[in-house]
Amino acid sequence: MPYLSGKETVKELRRALSNPNIQSDPLRYRNTVLKVIRAMSQGVDVSDLFSEMVKACATVDVVQKKLVYVFLCCYAHLNPELSLLVVNTLRKDCLDPNPMVRSLALRSMTNLRLPSLVEYVEQPLTAGLRDRAACVRRVAVLGWAKLHNLQPGSEIDGAVVNELYSLLRDPDPIVMVNCLRALEEVLKDEGGVVINKPITHHLLNRLKECDTWGQSEVLRVLQRYQPQSEDELFDILSLLDSFLVSPHPPVMAATLSLFLSLCSGLPAVSQAALERVRGPLLAACGSGSREMRFTALCHIQLLLRSIPGLLGEHYKRFFCSYAEPAYIKRRKMQVLVELVNDENVIMILDELKGYCTDVNTDTAQAAISAIGRIGRSYSDKCLEILTGLLGLKQDQITSAVVQTIRDLVWACPQCSDAVSSALEGCEEVLQDSQGRQALLWLLGAYGERISSAPYTLETFIDGVRSETSMELKMELLTSTMRLFLCRPAETQDMLGRLLHYCIEEERDMCVRGQALLYYRLLQREIEETRNVLQVRRSDPSMGVLIGRPPEPISQWVSSFNTLEPLQRCSVEVESTSRGSPEHLASIPKPNADLPDNLDCRKLEMVHLGSDGTAQRLGGPAGLPAPGAEPSVTLSLSPPVTPDEFERLWMQRRASHTEQESADEGANGTWIEDTIRCGAVPHCSPQSLHAAMQLVNIQTLAFTPTHTLPWKVFLYTHTLRADTSCSTLVLGELLYAGELNPKRSAEGEMEGNEQTQATAAGDKEIKVTLWQQPHDVSALRVFLSVLTTVLHTLSSEVA
Amino acid sequence: MISQLFILSSKGDHLIYKDYRGEAGSDVIDVFYEKVTALTGDQPPVVMVTHHKDLHFVHIRQGGLYWVATTTADSSPFSIIEFLNRLSGLVKDYCGSLSEKAVQMNFALIYELLDEVLDYGYVQMTSSDVLKNFIQSEAVSSKPFSLFDLSNVGLFGAETQQNKVAPSSAATRPIQSSRDPGGKSEIFVDVIEKMSVVIGSNGVLMKADIEGEVRVKCYMPSCSEMRIGLNEEFSVGKSQLRGYGAAVRVDECSFHQSVQLDEFHSHRILRLCPSQGEHAVMQYRLSDELPSAPPFRLFPSVERDSAGRLLMYLKLRCDLPPKRSVSLLPEGAGLSQELSSPDQSAELQLQNRTVFWKIPRFCGGTQLSALFKLDVPGLSSASMLEVGPVGLSFELPKWTGTGLQIRFLRLSPIHPGPSQRWVRYVTHSDSYIIRI
Repeated sequence: MPYLSGKETVKELRRALSNPNIQSDPLRYRNTVLKVIRAMSQGVDVSDLFSEMVKACATVDVVQKKLVYVFLCCYAHLNPELSLLVVNTLRKDCLDPNPMVRSLALRSMTNLRLPSLVEYVEQPLTAGLRDRAACVRRVAVLGWAKLHNLQPGSEIDGAVVNELYSLLRDPDPIVMVNCLRALEEVLKDEGGVVINKPITHHLLNRLKECDTWGQSEVLRVLQRYQPQSEDELFDILSLLDSFLVSPHPPVMAATLSLFLSLCSGLPAVSQAALERVRGPLLAACGSGSREMRFTALCHIQLLLRSIPGLLGEHYKRFFCSYAEPAYIKRRKMQVLVELVNDENVIMILDELKGYCTDVNTDTAQAAISAIGRIGRSYSDKCLEILTGLLGLKQDQITSAVVQTIRDLVWACPQCSDAVSSALEGCEEVLQDSQGRQALLWLLGAYGERISSAPYTLETFIDGVRSETSMELKMELLTSTMRLFLCRPAETQDMLGRLLHYCIEEERDMCVRGQALLYYRLLQREIEETRNVLQVRRSDPSMGVLIGRPPEPISQWVSSFNTLEPLQRCSVEVESTSRGSPEHLASIPKPNADLPDNLDCRKLEMVHLGSDGTAQRLGGPAGLPAPGAEPSVTLSLSPPVTPDEFERLWMQRRASHTEQESADEGANGTWIEDTIRCGAVPHCSPQSLHAAMQLVNIQTLAFTPTHTLPWKVFLYTHTLRADTSCSTLVLGELLYAGELNPKRSAEGEMEGNEQTQATAAGDKEIKVTLWQQPHDVSALRVFLSVLTTVLHTLSSEVA
Repeated sequence: MISQLFILSSKGDHLIYKDYRGEAGSDVIDVFYEKVTALTGDQPPVVMVTHHKDLHFVHIRQGGLYWVATTTADSSPFSIIEFLNRLSGLVKDYCGSLSEKAVQMNFALIYELLDEVLDYGYVQMTSSDVLKNFIQSEAVSSKPFSLFDLSNVGLFGAETQQNKVAPSSAATRPIQSSRDPGGKSEIFVDVIEKMSVVIGSNGVLMKADIEGEVRVKCYMPSCSEMRIGLNEEFSVGKSQLRGYGAAVRVDECSFHQSVQLDEFHSHRILRLCPSQGEHAVMQYRLSDELPSAPPFRLFPSVERDSAGRLLMYLKLRCDLPPKRSVSLLPEGAGLSQELSSPDQSAELQLQNRTVFWKIPRFCGGTQLSALFKLDVPGLSSASMLEVGPVGLSFELPKWTGTGLQIRFLRLSPIHPGPSQRWVRYVTHSDSYIIRI
């Protein structure tokens, strides 16, 4: 068919439609109508043919009727007067003996969407509600909803509403579900259909008759129901149980949604429901439709926010297959990061390593940043992979790796040594500004350990004239300044050149302004400059805050089974392209990877709330404690082997019990104390271990999580800066079980700040310490550090 | 709740557009197409448009077409995606195949379908049994069967009691053509399995999953009851092993709601009344183990020769009896090739940085080898690590990974006139990866 312009097509069609020869031949007439619809769906404006089409609807041919109605419903709003003619034909059709024609007429009549026709439509609709054929009743019921939405402000006829309510008991399940839908729309202003006990029970009992679409609709409406007693609640739940494991994902999701909203007060039941739904959800993840797979993955991410361990053993289901689109691969990797535990970390990292060289650069970058995320808990293995990737000398991979390393180092400062040796030579490979910016930040922050740092910066400075990225120039300025502060002799000359260029020749005002600021700072005083430029180190205790704490289900339950979880990905994608982590940390961002509870005020508050042992906030290791406390640092060298520890501990313990009075002396001191904090015994041994290691306390042995009594053995050395005398501290943490839950409940009711900080899941941990030689102030610092760590951990877990 | 529904070709042509609620204009189609093609590659199924408040597009891709629904933020993605999938399934059932051409030729029928399936944006019914009473248009078959079109005969093998082979296009015809007196009443039962396997560089099986389904495609105008007998030693779950024989085991198993399972536990018989069209009667899954050795093994060696070229020597062994078709995808750039037999071909795709090795037939128990020499500019020893993994895509007819078999297929009551029953087995590779 030759492509005619829209106007000519219309002219041609009009001629054909009004040709009496064609009109008399049903088949040719129908084909002409078909052509009109075809033109319409291709986007040609055929509204001019309205009057001809109105004539065409007076026919006995049902197919033609249907086609004409499609046309009329589309263009009726442009020709309200002519549509009046249609209504007559339609009303006639409503009395047709064939139920299919009746329902078709009724549906088309309500689909015309013309407020002026409402008065003609009401009567057939009322009749339709009482029609013998179910298919007519289905249409009529929804017709009332359409009618109501045409005149939003109008009064609702009480009789109609009553009729609709009574049709909830219609024998046809689709009529019943349509009634629900119609009532929801008609009564929108009053909060939707009334869900009381009889209606709920009626709907639940008929749930099995509905098809999957009806079931999900009913389950969705039932979310508003509040069971009156616990017995009733459990009756409902057991009735719904079979739907929870339905092979149809829509039903499963709607049931879970309903379960979670019904059991909002019963966390154990919700948990059980989530575990039960695991199978169907995993099945949906392997569904043949990739869109369904994606949806299931997004919802699994929601569940993992509350129960991180839900799918740990099924991690292989989330390995990507090569034919999958990038958006699924990215989601799968995000899920894999959440599933990492001690048993599967090697397999997962191995798998992710395979994706890093993927042809699709997005997938490769996502894999690399996933490894970086895992690196926060398993830094050694991940750094090994990442540095191996640098060896490929591939610009996109290197860029992604350097950015990942920057974020990793920020979160886990303890791996900075390994990083600084790996960075040599990267600058030759890096092409994009994001990657080079990351490299510059790393050079500035760890310049004193990277021997080639000044030379690398020099090449950047030499090429600054041809540089276009404003962010890169600013990063270069900052890094050079920082390097100058720690390695002045090597950097002075190039800093001068850079400042000169930026102030005299640079056009960008931001860069110029920053260069001027640095120049004036340097003019004033070096100490002040140092203060301004000092790298904002991340809090060392932050590295342990691995992963997010399990969130309560209520946080995400409202977005479950909506489109929201599916959109979240685009937000996360955007956040990957960002500047240095310092800037990130300074912006309070709910979605940021760094936990937000590191706010100093909060930490301090926790301290005030804790026991008398930690009256003062002992700074983390390496930083001088505020106040009158002598500066004491903790260190791990010389190391104590577990055997040695056991020998010393047993020996001293034995001698301690023998001569209780002689506490002090050559044998060292015994101190017992309690630290009250939240859910420390519930946090994983690994995170505890990592947390302690960051503040230079070595844990040697611990009991598994959730066992009672829960014990941890640890040691450290304290070193006083002023007298440089050092002591060895051995310690045991013991948690014997719940002590006084009642008291903590009372504490919550009082509601003052102090008790609130400690009340949640209050647990007393008994600390037994042995120190040699005796040094009370050093021990006090140690205790406060220990308390800090435990509190941070427990606030993380709780 | 679906506000509008439209079908677009991959080039953005409007094929079908239906507005159910009159809440937004038809200009949203172009908005959607711009948004979804703004980035390369496939986009996730939900696209939100910011300047139209509360306008969300949910789309799927089937048969090279975009099937799009607009909806509000609080509607269930599971429902809408399942519905769109079901809709494309219905269109396939009614038009015979899914393609731009089929949709264009049958648009009247699709409008009819859309009218019945949704009303005011609410799903009414999607069962082809009920729908067939309402659909009046006849399907226009887009590809009339031609005797010369025998290119893919034998791709599906078919084994029935008569031991005949049906052409693979036999099952791609519209269901309603059975109203024609010439239409054959046929029933196809397909056992389709998808393998996803990862074999590590040391030859260890790292992951092996099989997802399978039993699909019934029914062209019988009236079929009251069908009984499908599975292997008697079929067992579900780990605890249910029966006897000491070679059990056919799956981990999870789910059935279509129309399947009656009263005979399943004792005799492994599925009873159902198939409706016209295509349905997955049973879906099952076996994870982390294969009942037999993986069908293909690869012995790769990748080195650098003295001239700085990358040498890939691949030896592929097939551990199964019959014939296969396989294609391989390792990575590289710049190529000269030596293959072990003339009917194979290899092709370098620079864009994807892959080498395709096409093997039209592969006899079981044999071994094939290929030597690829690739000129890669700036090849270093580190870039050897970039090679790989090898992905195999294949189709194994007449073979199932789990060993599931259909013992018998009985229809009752026995139909007058000619009726044919076909049972077909096929195993596809979902993702068969061998690391180098």
